Amino acid sequence: MTTLSKLDAPAAPSPSKVHGAPTPGRKVKARLDWRGWAFVGPFMAVFVLVFIAPIVYAVYLSLFREQLMGGNAFVGLENFGEVFTDTQFWESFLRVLLFLVVQVPIMLLMALAAALAIDSARLHVAGFFRIVIFLPYAVPGVVAVLMWGFIYGGNFGLAANINDLLGFEAITPFAREWILASIGNIVTWEFVGYNMLIFYAALRTIPTELYEAAELDGAGPFRVITGIKIPALRGAIVISTIFSIIGSFQLFNEPNILKPLAPNIITTFFTPNMYAYNLSFSGQQYNYSATVAIVMGLITAVIAYVVQLRGSRKEER
Amino acid sequence: MTTKRSRSGFRRIATAVVTVAALGGALVACAPQAGAGTAEGSASDLEAALEAGGTITYWSWTPSAEAQVAAFEKAYPKVDVKLVNAGTNTEEYTKLQNAIKAGSGAPDVAQIEYYAMPQFALSDSLLDLSAYGLDELEDQYTASTWGSVNIDGKLYGLPQDSGPMALFYNATVFDQFGIAVPTTWDEYIAAGEQLHAADPTKYITSDTGDSGFATSMIWQAGGHPFDVDGADITVDLADEGSAKWADTWNQLLEKDLLSDIPGWSDEWFKGLGDGTIASLVVGAWMPGVLESSVPDAAGDWRVAPIPTYDGEPVSAENGGGGQAVLKQSKNPALAAAFLEWLNSDPESIKIFGESGGFPSTVAELESEDFVNQESEYFGGQKINEVLTQAASDVLPGWSYLPYQVYANSIFGDTVGQAYANKSDLNAGLATWQKQLVDYGNEQGFDVKG
Repeated sequence: MTTLSKLDAPAAPSPSKVHGAPTPGRKVKARLDWRGWAFVGPFMAVFVLVFIAPIVYAVYLSLFREQLMGGNAFVGLENFGEVFTDTQFWESFLRVLLFLVVQVPIMLLMALAAALAIDSARLHVAGFFRIVIFLPYAVPGVVAVLMWGFIYGGNFGLAANINDLLGFEAITPFAREWILASIGNIVTWEFVGYNMLIFYAALRTIPTELYEAAELDGAGPFRVITGIKIPALRGAIVISTIFSIIGSFQLFNEPNILKPLAPNIITTFFTPNMYAYNLSFSGQQYNYSATVAIVMGLITAVIAYVVQLRGSRKEER
Repeated sequence: MTTKRSRSGFRRIATAVVTVAALGGALVACAPQAGAGTAEGSASDLEAALEAGGTITYWSWTPSAEAQVAAFEKAYPKVDVKLVNAGTNTEEYTKLQNAIKAGSGAPDVAQIEYYAMPQFALSDSLLDLSAYGLDELEDQYTASTWGSVNIDGKLYGLPQDSGPMALFYNATVFDQFGIAVPTTWDEYIAAGEQLHAADPTKYITSDTGDSGFATSMIWQAGGHPFDVDGADITVDLADEGSAKWADTWNQLLEKDLLSDIPGWSDEWFKGLGDGTIASLVVGAWMPGVLESSVPDAAGDWRVAPIPTYDGEPVSAENGGGGQAVLKQSKNPALAAAFLEWLNSDPESIKIFGESGGFPSTVAELESEDFVNQESEYFGGQKINEVLTQAASDVLPGWSYLPYQVYANSIFGDTVGQAYANKSDLNAGLATWQKQLVDYGNEQGFDVKG
């Protein structure tokens, strides 16, 4: 700031004058420089349009209630009050929470194991494994879910073939008690490679001198993992965890595409995002839908923030 | 009315909340206020509009739409019709609803099924076609389809097809197991037991809960669960007809005689082809679907009248719909003229029939050619004899809710749970009713139930 204003002034005041009273008639400090805005302007314009405006619009919507009969009315925070007593919303929230605490650790541990194995230099054709594990992430999500839908098919799919072979209904992916696990399996398959790549990239940044030093000190491969690799991965693990938490809370594609195959098991309020989607697009409750989206966004932000705080606190130790 | 309220609401919020909120408010204000084309017109305007020509957009997912539009453009070269397939039923309704909400982007003419017609009529987004004298076409259509497009004394569309229900059955499977074609629901249940006992991989039919099917079955049982008089609605999904259907269907459900293959899935079409699903109770538009999607089963399927509770012939409509002119249309006269041609011109109806559609026009339903047509797919059976009879057996007096699209969307959440648990459908219907009453009251209707 000071530097900028100094540059502005054509006749730079002598150092002794800086501490004294400003030159009469010239308000150096108060003058705003707009040249910086020319640089951030294009970014800010797009940012306001695609980030700020939708959020503000959602907040605006959440304060109203538009009825099919009787028009639109300002209702203040009434919609928010309704969310807190909405059993369908909380049921869907608890469902994704359960999904989160089971699926995310499994997925991240598998990704971590894969990254460590590929980084270990003991694996033949490591590049091949890396690309194959990553490949599911490159398959468009909708296509992947449709494909899994065929595999899960209880009458003609792979599941049906296995059941035929065993002679009884061993696998029922669309049953009420298994549906969440079936979805978890798809999500894990899709995202192990993505998280592995984050971990692997972090592992590649570790200076090789550390490994040499560890070897000289007589550390075995597992000591290297616990002593060097895992601590170096901490930041990557925190990032992956936050991404996965957000992803779990926003679960939508997989259940929504599987819904026609399990219409009664996957309800319209199976996940919070599906609930918000169906509220607005089949129920025309745009206002309440916006409220649900805002509440869910706040919860996600708080949980992601807590994870980040905890993650970085450990890092300082 | 709506306009004023939302504007004053906008002002309130704009003054109350900080400048950031005003930005959001500005976006809201961008949405044009409803109802652009409400111009009064007359029959002569339609001729004039066709003479003058112009461009209109038409949303439809019917297989015949392309050929119909081509024929129309040939007859009226000055008119350019842009045909868009905006998705099938609810997919299209979502887009239509969003375009109406946004105030622009809706087509001039759109395909809307009968059950969804009241919802769009209610939001005041469809043009009353009697302004152009199209109400004079009444005699051309069957009473039930005409009743479906007339809501509160206004004509919101012209009927295109109809779906009187009939029993479609796989005769090869029926013969193999010595099953007689059922004429009552008791016989139908017995046939289901016999078939499944003889071959556990086969089911008399598949049903995992389908709102369109359930409401049509209640209709056939003589139920009137939805009573609509303007904003006053009564929902009674425990009335005599509803309970009659639920008690009957409960027997199939609880004895595990219904295949759990979801309708319209790939497995479903496969099951229809290989005899896993031995019959279907469905609308008269089904032959076209079977022919195109289950070609392997050519020669296996036959059509019979829908089973009844007491043996007296009675049917109901299942699906079917028509086209409507949107109020957003900038050229409503031309749109109405196109619609009139589409659903009343013999040439257009002929194209529709050739693509496997089941018409709603009396002339076609009564024509010798149509009734005596032998269907190769159905082993040479004159299926239209059965189907046209079904059309005249449809019970009058049915009505859908003004928010039926939403109602159908939560069918799986409510009645579907009874299907999933193989438990009492009456309980599922009660849950559905409760949610429909709550939703209706929240939306400003006066709903009892």
